Amino acid sequence: MKEENKTKGKVTGIIANLVYVEVDGPVHQNEICYIYLEGSNLMAEVIKVMGEYAYVQVFESTRGLKIGADVEFSGQMLEVTLGPGILSKNYDGLQNDLDKMQDMFLNRGEYTFALDNDTIWGFKPLAKPDDTVTAGDWLGEVKENWMSHKIMVPFIFKGQYTVKSIAAAGDYKINKTIAILTDSKGKDVEVNMMQKWPVKIPIRAFREKPRPFIILETGVRCMDTLNPITEGGTGFIPGPFGCGKTVLQHAISKQAEADMVIMAACGERANEVVEIFKEFPELEDPRTGRKLKERTTIIANTSNMPVAAREASVYTAMTIAEYYRSMGHKVLLLADSTSRWAQALREMSNRMEELPGPDAFPMDLPAIISNFYSRAGFVYLNNGKTGSITFIGTVSPAGGNLKEPVTESTKKVARCFYALSQQRADSKRYPAIDPIESYSKYLEYDEVHEYLKEHFGKDWLENVILTKDILLRGREAYEQINILGDDGVPIDYHLRYWKSEVIDFIILQQDAFDKIDASTPVERQKYMLYSVLKICEAEFEFESFEEINPYFKRIINLYKQMNYSEFKSIEFNNFEKELETVILERKK
Amino acid sequence: METKAFQKIYTKISKVTKATCSLHATDVGYEEMALVNGRLSQVVKILGDEVTLQIFSGTEGVPTNAEVVFLGKPPTLKVSDELAGRFFNAYGEPIDGGPAIDGEERQIGGPSVNPVKREQPSKLIATGIAGIDLNNTIVTGQKIPFFTDPNQPFNQVMAMVGLRAEADKIILGGMGLTNDDYLFYKNIFDNAGALDRIISFVNTTEDPPVERLLVPDMALTAAEYFAYDKNEKVLVLLTDMTLYADALSIVSNRMDQIPSKDSMPGSLYSDLAKIYEKAVQFPAGGSITIIAVTTLSGGDITHAIPDNTGYITEGQLFLRRDTDIGKVIIDPFRSLSRLKQLVIGKQTRKDHPQVMNAAIRLYADAANAKTKLENGFDLTEYDERTLEFAKEYSDKLLAIDVNIDIDKMLDTAWELFRKYFKPEEVGIKKEFVDAYWKN
Ligand SMILES: Nc1ncnc2c1ncn2[C@@H]1O[C@H](COP(=O)(O)OP(=O)(O)OP(=O)(O)O)[C@@H](O)[C@H]1O
Ligand SMILES: [Mg+2]
Repeated sequence: MKEENKTKGKVTGIIANLVYVEVDGPVHQNEICYIYLEGSNLMAEVIKVMGEYAYVQVFESTRGLKIGADVEFSGQMLEVTLGPGILSKNYDGLQNDLDKMQDMFLNRGEYTFALDNDTIWGFKPLAKPDDTVTAGDWLGEVKENWMSHKIMVPFIFKGQYTVKSIAAAGDYKINKTIAILTDSKGKDVEVNMMQKWPVKIPIRAFREKPRPFIILETGVRCMDTLNPITEGGTGFIPGPFGCGKTVLQHAISKQAEADMVIMAACGERANEVVEIFKEFPELEDPRTGRKLKERTTIIANTSNMPVAAREASVYTAMTIAEYYRSMGHKVLLLADSTSRWAQALREMSNRMEELPGPDAFPMDLPAIISNFYSRAGFVYLNNGKTGSITFIGTVSPAGGNLKEPVTESTKKVARCFYALSQQRADSKRYPAIDPIESYSKYLEYDEVHEYLKEHFGKDWLENVILTKDILLRGREAYEQINILGDDGVPIDYHLRYWKSEVIDFIILQQDAFDKIDASTPVERQKYMLYSVLKICEAEFEFESFEEINPYFKRIINLYKQMNYSEFKSIEFNNFEKELETVILERKK
Repeated sequence: METKAFQKIYTKISKVTKATCSLHATDVGYEEMALVNGRLSQVVKILGDEVTLQIFSGTEGVPTNAEVVFLGKPPTLKVSDELAGRFFNAYGEPIDGGPAIDGEERQIGGPSVNPVKREQPSKLIATGIAGIDLNNTIVTGQKIPFFTDPNQPFNQVMAMVGLRAEADKIILGGMGLTNDDYLFYKNIFDNAGALDRIISFVNTTEDPPVERLLVPDMALTAAEYFAYDKNEKVLVLLTDMTLYADALSIVSNRMDQIPSKDSMPGSLYSDLAKIYEKAVQFPAGGSITIIAVTTLSGGDITHAIPDNTGYITEGQLFLRRDTDIGKVIIDPFRSLSRLKQLVIGKQTRKDHPQVMNAAIRLYADAANAKTKLENGFDLTEYDERTLEFAKEYSDKLLAIDVNIDIDKMLDTAWELFRKYFKPEEVGIKKEFVDAYWKN
């Protein structure tokens, strides 16, 4: 395509951020165009074409725009720029580097480069002349923070190439040619350290995508112990407002055993993102001792930022995740909240007067959500190495009612379901994950069973199932007590209920704001579960139900003190000893 | 507003609906203001040379030959220190008989703060009300609404919080205020000698409802001037945001948009977020804190207005009448301040988080006991104690007539724990029990 042949157009209609453009040449669906307005260019995306007219959604406010304004089409879809320097960056939904913007307020039409042209990277070649390579193969590497950042054959390269030359180890900037590749027709192409990729198209530079089987440690007990997620797994967290979706996601982002974390703040609060901006440069990654910020990239498209860019933000995040997965990294991608993205789709679909589906969401919402989730996964790369994208999204159902299109569509594709319950949140039982409603489909995988046997213990799975049963029986007993009264049920019901309360208070509940309790390594989780299960399986002597409540309160209290203490510290051990004597008081 | 000589005047309106009129016009900017026979209106749609205007005061009586003048700019407010102490209508015109404001003209509803330039909200706002300071501590730069049934004294509570909050400026955005409530605010600010710190933008029930749509943006443009240009601590009081949302739905229904839940427009979340997200802590020390009122119907928080609000704001304060003590309280169950963890236990005493949680947990136990009682079951001795505790807790700490400092609130809570419970029943870290469980 020749540069000067760019399609041009004129604005013919404006309804909020939906703009009609009459075009003078070819346009394609999802093509990016720029609308001239008062000396700046407003970026927009083609979302529908009707004859000579393109319907575009503008990623900015259209205030002041007039009929007849000039439009220029870029010939490209919405793309991200990929290369070293993405780690630790704070982007908006269109991958503009927010830190490069000077003003306090976001100026319309201000776009900033996603990478840094002047940074020098220490390059080490990994390929050698005459190697045969295809898209995604590693040509070399640079150190980005503490991670190995692979410089790859650009993903848009089709077919096989031969390495003609490769730069020697040394210091280079991103736009310096580091390799010359020859295609099958003998044509040479230069490759530098950056490449572009359209966000709506998955990067498929891997050999296969098996079922995930490695547990991803999050330090959150009611996930790891009860409903673990896998490396390359998918999960979602629906819940009414204020029940703890964001706090839970932040906890996961801080603690999870991932090489890289991408957080997409999609249509949520700016102050929550500020919290990450301020805390992550200070907080330590317990595994590497490096600062959390060093492994984190933030995509901030908060609720007051342009609505159309909200939708783009999750794709931007996913594409960056795919890029790092292709380097063989374990990427954790978190999006808060996917409902806001769906709402952005709804606003636009309504403006276009499309036939609405349930709750006025677009008809193809389920397909959009399912396509997006399917981009996560654990992969074997072409060189046999592995990489993964674990994706966890939050869902904000209207009125807290889970029978709504976004929750239902997501439930069909996400394999882990962490349902937050209003009731638990109201009684401050955090994290408010409902232990009975929630599930991890990965616990049904044979591969995961094998993994658990090897890494968690031979009888681990049985114990997890037992724990769930005790919780279920506890809830049933509680309901009976409520129906029949304290003395209307056998004493045993009270015992059953209180045993489940021990699990609830000690394993499920976890104080995200306590230094020690916030994150529990798997070793400690195992220790505590076995300890608590011993009590649940023990038989106790009680004369009347009235003795049970205070007795178990004492047990729970001691356990809580243990949770607040450093694992196996003197303090911890003392509480544990005290606990043992309390148990002996009543144990049969 | 005056029309200028060179402005083109249109006199042929082609379409009139309940909220809008359309005409053929050129060179019109999106969101530009216009006068239709003197009534303020705003461009909401342009298709070819057909321009659709939303007339704020409604289209009743608009003739097809009405005179239409485009003003060449979106809604604006003149900002300067002269705003202080003044009362305005939704268009930013003085209603207190005083002179027009001289100042820099700014577009309302301006751009958002770059999130990386924001400072983390961190200064505690003490109100003396334990239902807020102890259980739902608020900080500068936060946005939080009262959720309340219309029959609760929310305007009184708002005014009280406003006056106690030690703000440099208090900006009142009144939407659908009754004239009586408007006078109430005016008097209470006057009596407190705070009038020179107050700025009001008021749409009363006597004004057309659609005009309300301008009020929050007017109030927040003034707020940005004082908070950003002048580094002041600004508190914005918005009441009643439910009536604001109602006006949104009036417009969207009249424009035949597809309604989503509760006949609200599908963009309700974004519309409300644009307002509330103006709350900010600037690095230079200025801040905008928004305290709003969202009235509920029959306590239903699943209705689209409170629901979307809850998803946007940083918590909510739930007003409820506690019939056991005959007072209005801030309900600890439904209330929440999400920014409290930035200050509690840090700027307040270390035991604050645990004491707060323990008290609420025990209050929850009391609620369970109450249910038992209502279902006709016998109470245990523990149940009896929680009920007694709950009553006193409600009276001494949750009621909105409490006015004490935070240390006193914590001490009061410990007193109640000691009076009704044993240390192991409250589930607080041992170090705090050791320090505060005095006999
Ligand atoms: N694990 C936890 N430990 C202690 N407190 C918690 C925990 N989880 C949540 N909370 C409390 O609940 C509040 C709300 O949590 P959060 O902001 O995560 O809710 P949310 O579900 O994301 O709500 P929204 O949908 O409105 O964004 C927090 O500010 C905090 O006070
Ligand atoms: Mg949240």
